[in-house]
Amino acid sequence: MKKPPIKKKKSSYFGMMINPERYHKSQIKFYVILAPVLLVMMLPIVFIISHAFKPLDELYAYPPRFFPTRITLDNFIQLITATQQTGIPFGRYLFNSILVAALVIFLSLLLSSLAAYAFSFLNFKFKKWLFTANQVAIMFVAVAVAVPRYIVMSQLGIINSFFAHIVPLLAMPVGVFLLKQFMDQIPRELYDAAKIDGANKFQIYRMIVLPLVKPALATIAILAFQSAWNNTETSQLFINDEALKTLPYYFQTLTLGTSSIAAQGISAAASLIIFVPNIVLFIILQKNVMNTMAHSGLK
Amino acid sequence: MFVNTSFQETTTSKTGFRKKLNSAYWFILPYAIFFFTFVILLILISTLLSFTYYDTVNFPSFVGLRNYINLLTQDTDFMQFALPTTIRYALIVGPGGYMLSFMLAWILAQIPHRVRTISAIIIYSPALTSGVLMTVVWRVFFSGDNRGYLNNFLLNLGVINTPVQWLQDPQMITIIMLFVGLWSSMGIGFLAMLSGILNINHEIYEAAYIDGLKNRWQEIFYITIPSMKPQMLFGAVMAIVSTFNAAGIASALTLSFPPPQMAGWLIVDHMNDFGFARFEMGYASALSVVLLIIVLLFSRIAKRLFGGEKE
Repeated sequence: MKKPPIKKKKSSYFGMMINPERYHKSQIKFYVILAPVLLVMMLPIVFIISHAFKPLDELYAYPPRFFPTRITLDNFIQLITATQQTGIPFGRYLFNSILVAALVIFLSLLLSSLAAYAFSFLNFKFKKWLFTANQVAIMFVAVAVAVPRYIVMSQLGIINSFFAHIVPLLAMPVGVFLLKQFMDQIPRELYDAAKIDGANKFQIYRMIVLPLVKPALATIAILAFQSAWNNTETSQLFINDEALKTLPYYFQTLTLGTSSIAAQGISAAASLIIFVPNIVLFIILQKNVMNTMAHSGLK
Repeated sequence: MFVNTSFQETTTSKTGFRKKLNSAYWFILPYAIFFFTFVILLILISTLLSFTYYDTVNFPSFVGLRNYINLLTQDTDFMQFALPTTIRYALIVGPGGYMLSFMLAWILAQIPHRVRTISAIIIYSPALTSGVLMTVVWRVFFSGDNRGYLNNFLLNLGVINTPVQWLQDPQMITIIMLFVGLWSSMGIGFLAMLSGILNINHEIYEAAYIDGLKNRWQEIFYITIPSMKPQMLFGAVMAIVSTFNAAGIASALTLSFPPPQMAGWLIVDHMNDFGFARFEMGYASALSVVLLIIVLLFSRIAKRLFGGEKE
């Protein structure tokens, strides 16, 4: 209590710098640090975009130019029209991919959040044991599991079916871990109060816990989308029917077969098509990732 | 169905059936079923395979501990290259990427919403696309002839006279690999930290400054980090897992498998080599068990360093 009150007021301003409403000149130092970092992180995106729209002759150009001088859609047209040879239209792969991604996001979010809720708030037998297994599973590198997975899936009779895309991706140990970490921050008093008010476990989950862990749900949704949308393994190993395969697999077959420099343009266009939905989803969900719980009466 | 029932209704009509529906097992069961069939079961089968010789065609034949003994006594590529390279990679990229993630998340939390969103997408994007796909970009960037962007740039500046062979020298490959690793390490851990920082209540800061907090460093270490411990732990686990999971970076950079003089040869590369090039699945499985033990060891150490974590 030695400090004068004015000093206190000035210093308490610091904490307010988190999540500011608008630009302030005190933020300049952060932009100065951020600018070079962003430049390096951005390089590959810019590279992919510029390559995707580059005509073939400019890919060979010397000296190499980063940006195309003549913008062309040739690479994209080649990607979409090449399908005619296989007989399956581009739209079919796209439809499969979108459906798989949507189902995986919804179902894995549901399973992970229910499980995380149980781990964080409820008590059941083998809880500690199961959570340890979950942690160990996160750390296991799944390289040699392609063969065991094939065995399990053929025993279940889902080889060469649409379910083969979805079912193996539903259990996300990382998702359960992250959601549980966020749920652990919710005060137990909130749970007890709702219980006293007569809410059952599912109502507490649905109405109190889920809205408070929206940032984690959004993060897991992004992760689940990635695991489904970028997945080529399932189409390659577990699906024979060409009409059931997904977009990234189709792109992979196109870009692997061609010579290296000519393929650069096509594979850049393919990467861009795969990449853009990731960004779109991120933009849609970012409000939740960066949502602040400060206004929701927490803590 | 549950959502529409109001709180009062359930208290008055709590029949035995409803009580059963209210059991904790209903929440864990759906996940547990998929977790056991598609995660635990696969890990168990893979562990069993590590005690066999298995060429993916014939039925696996039991060989006892032979894979493990070979691994420890005869596999010089593992002992000389894969193990030390992986540990060095993990020790640099793990903590480096972890601190970088926190630093960038903290900086992003200080700037307004719109700029922050764009910046967050850009920083997350290397982790968002599959890492190896993106190394193609770096390959062109570091290409050894004068077409490579970096060589071209330096030649034009007059810093160098002849193109530098960036991707021939093992030491250079290692450095570039560490750079690419750090560059792609702002993944889901970074996102979790970002929302963790933004979720800290302003009132905690206010109270701390009234109690005599002096500067922003104190603010970070006494308020910010302790208030987001769950996210920090999550970030740490993800940093450890993702660095030990890394594979194929040096091969993708140099376009040769294995890379020149085994530079940047990681344990998972070694695993892929045995599993998919030599079709020795039993040996590859033994490698994945050994890697799991190493990862568990390191996460134990990390937890010890953090101190006082309850998990």
